Amino acid sequence: MTWFDRAITPNEAFFVRYHVFPIPTQVDLATWRLRVGGHVDRPLELSMDELKTKFPAASVTAVNQCSGNSRGRSSPRVLGGQWGDGAMGNAEWVGCRLKDVLAAAGVRQGAAEVAFDGLDKPAFPSVPDFVKSLALARVLDDPNVIVAYQMNGAPLPMLNGFPARLVVPGWYATYWVKNLSDITVVDKPFEQYWQYWMKPAYRIPDNPCGCVEPGTAPKATVPIHRMNVRSFLVSPAPGARLAAGRPVTLKGIAFDGGYGIREVEISDDGGSTWRRVSLGRDLGPYAFREWSAAWTPPRAGAARVMVRAFNRIGESQGTEPLWNPSGYLRNVIESVEYPVG
Amino acid sequence: MTRVLLLALVLAAAGAAGAEEITLPPDHPYGALKPGPGSEVAQRSCVLCHSTDYIVRQPPGDAKQWDGVVTKMIKVFGAPLSDADARTITDYLARQYGK
Repeated sequence: MTWFDRAITPNEAFFVRYHVFPIPTQVDLATWRLRVGGHVDRPLELSMDELKTKFPAASVTAVNQCSGNSRGRSSPRVLGGQWGDGAMGNAEWVGCRLKDVLAAAGVRQGAAEVAFDGLDKPAFPSVPDFVKSLALARVLDDPNVIVAYQMNGAPLPMLNGFPARLVVPGWYATYWVKNLSDITVVDKPFEQYWQYWMKPAYRIPDNPCGCVEPGTAPKATVPIHRMNVRSFLVSPAPGARLAAGRPVTLKGIAFDGGYGIREVEISDDGGSTWRRVSLGRDLGPYAFREWSAAWTPPRAGAARVMVRAFNRIGESQGTEPLWNPSGYLRNVIESVEYPVG
Repeated sequence: MTRVLLLALVLAAAGAAGAEEITLPPDHPYGALKPGPGSEVAQRSCVLCHSTDYIVRQPPGDAKQWDGVVTKMIKVFGAPLSDADARTITDYLARQYGK
């Protein structure tokens, strides 16, 4: 968690998650092409040079967070990657706008969704390839959805999607397809095809909280989509020994699914009273927002500091964790304990 | 998080302009399967698609949980396992990673 006391997560500290094995470990730009096809007038095969020269470059600073970030804290526990809180990061992504690429290909009347496939291919034909789809209406007019070829000023690292990955600001990382190779416009909802990674995987209960009574199954599900509000207190590190009466600077980050953070608050009395903290530079509504606060441990013993954030439409975090069978959407109010001497 | 960091730091991105190649680090020792009857079958079968650290960190479960997991690996993820190997793996997991 030590990387999350700052707004930008370095490339070498960024989490990595793949779905099928083997994953690509080498790519030659001389032969790599981004194919754009399906329900379009002009199928394209774009080289990296073409991506960079035929389309204006767009930049967005956005959080990429695994749907199952913090899954390891689910109670009752659930199967799946047992993440702590580190399956997230915030970077400046540069690439071309997906809508420009789709316009160049000429999306035909009747198109419904856009499917994204990468170079990670299963070892056996029986294994479902990792392919994700988004409604055409979700991406067609959103200038922030980009095919990124640059991350924090450098080419994408191989394991974060070299040479290009989809960036869907505000939405969970499952849509941010890495090592992108194929964009296919389809004329009916993609989950109607047999497509494991849109259905039954990566779905949440079809209700406003995306949650169910712990240990129970949802009646209906929808694909996971926008991220909820989260905030973390990162520095001083949990367990750091502090001195009663001596002020320290608390630091951390907050983020949401694209409305932007309006306010962050801390409490050192179990949530009875909350105090507003200072927000750092605004890097846009999709980014980590740094926060800091001077805080003085009041007395010797164990101190517990809670942190919560509100976004610009008033969404916040709950005192009890919400639960669903896949361990998605965790955004309970976090707290950090310090021994105070 | 620490593990992800190590993974990332160990990787050396090489390459001339335009060509990119990396070498993946070896699996982490903490992911090694516990010894016991069936561990060899589990080892060779499971790593066809994923490393064993994915197994050892799952919540402990009874035979029903592990049968569900192994069945999902075959029916949903297309793991090419014989019925006999599937049973061996389920028994092994329930014994070594049971409640």
